[in-house]
Amino acid sequence: MSVVAASRVSPWRAGLLLVQRDLRLGMRRPGEWLQPLVFFLVVTTLFPLATDPQLSRLRDMAPAALWVAALLSSLLALELLFREDSQDGSLEQLAVSGLPLAWLLLAKCCVHWLLTGLPLVLVAPLVATALGAPYAAIAGVLGALLAGSVTLSLVGAVGAGLTLGLRRGGVLLALLVLPLAVPVLIFGARATALAIALEPMDAPMYLLAAIAVLSATLAPLAAAAAVRISLE
Amino acid sequence: MTSLESRLNWTWFHRFGSPPYFYRIAGILIPWFAWLAAVAGAAGLVGGLVLAPPDYQQGEGYRIIFVHVPTAVLSTLAYAVMATASAVGLIWRMNVAHAVAASCATIGAWFTVVALVTGSLWGRPMWGTYWAWDPRLTSELVLLFLYLGYLGLRGAIDDSARADRACAVLALVGVINLPIIHYSVDWWNSLHQGHTLLKLGKPSMPASMLVPLLLMMLAFTLYFAAIMLTRARGEILRRERSARWISEATGA
Amino acid sequence: MLHWLNMGGYWSYVWASYALTAVVVALNVASARRDFRAAVRDARRRAEQRRGAA
Repeated sequence: MSVVAASRVSPWRAGLLLVQRDLRLGMRRPGEWLQPLVFFLVVTTLFPLATDPQLSRLRDMAPAALWVAALLSSLLALELLFREDSQDGSLEQLAVSGLPLAWLLLAKCCVHWLLTGLPLVLVAPLVATALGAPYAAIAGVLGALLAGSVTLSLVGAVGAGLTLGLRRGGVLLALLVLPLAVPVLIFGARATALAIALEPMDAPMYLLAAIAVLSATLAPLAAAAAVRISLE
Repeated sequence: MTSLESRLNWTWFHRFGSPPYFYRIAGILIPWFAWLAAVAGAAGLVGGLVLAPPDYQQGEGYRIIFVHVPTAVLSTLAYAVMATASAVGLIWRMNVAHAVAASCATIGAWFTVVALVTGSLWGRPMWGTYWAWDPRLTSELVLLFLYLGYLGLRGAIDDSARADRACAVLALVGVINLPIIHYSVDWWNSLHQGHTLLKLGKPSMPASMLVPLLLMMLAFTLYFAAIMLTRARGEILRRERSARWISEATGA
Repeated sequence: MLHWLNMGGYWSYVWASYALTAVVVALNVASARRDFRAAVRDARRRAEQRRGAA
């Protein structure tokens, strides 16, 4: 299935087509996309196993556990972003289609987030509660992880573009993306901690949202440059 | 064309982008930078280790700043040079710029390591522990990871042109992120009331301490320039595979 | 003199820092020069090959 590559297709329509295509392809292999989610659950389970599982202590650890697990699981999920398309040549088609590559990659990131980031966000309240968070904190946990996971998908796309087709690409990808994800981790964990403590979490949330918006604007451009460089 | 006119219309810029010109000029500059660095360093060491008085609070232990501060500043400066050269290389497609960027990475990473270790050694008598997640050192650690990522990417890509451009994108993404990372780490630290390296406020630093510090800064900057230019010359030779000027320049 | 070497009790920290710095400085000088010499050697070899093939 190829994306219609012609100047008579508007970028908006091309983006929509790409979203539909990716969603359809993703739904065909649900197992692949569920794996990062399972990884997230496994990692968050490891934390209580590694320490005294008293809920009060787990509550202190919950933001850290949630965010480290989210970070690692999003790294794993990044493998799925470009792999299929680079292997069957669709990515090159997108690059030479004459349509703005940054926009097309933004569309791909959207689908990628819907299939890998969103499930994580939806499961997170469950995990947070299991780690001792009060029910009233759930909205805050959801909000923080929503903004954070979007950023992680976007920033990760840049790393994925740079390491396209490289051997040992997975570890290198982690090494490249994790330092860039430090601000998301700091603000996200803080927002979650405040939510769990039932305190106002405005400040870190605003910062998280700002970073997410910045990523949505800049990351696709950087990712497009990275993909073009990797495809040459 | 007068030299003023040529300076105004960016000829100088493109001249530096010419590999044989850069190679030659760098070859002339390197020994000068190296010797000046040695002289400034010697003066700074004498001033800092011998002549400067002990600090009121930290006694003689503060003398570590004469190596810690220059290497810390240079670790960031090297990244800035790397990012600027990367931008120039991407925009103007200049091999020389990519060579410069590649040459900053190793020395920059080493500066970061030295800054971290000397910072931690400075912290031990002050905080009682080698590592207390001080915001400046933590930011420095993340900077080290950024350098290692850059070096890793360069090593993983075989094609030199792709490596240059991919690393250039990475350097630019990193440089945009650096202020955000720095701000977030500062913010994080202020929340948790962590330790901060005792600030020897520069304006209030007596001249006997400030002068050696500035001399050491100068020495390390010249040293960085010398090392970077040496590596850049090698990188240029490698990139200009079959150019004729190479045989002349290397006496082949 | 001994007091200076002792650095007011902080000798292990101060001298370790300076020693590390000195080692890293020397290491990078050696490494950069070695790298450059290898690049020159390679360039010469390539030039000769081309002359040989011509």
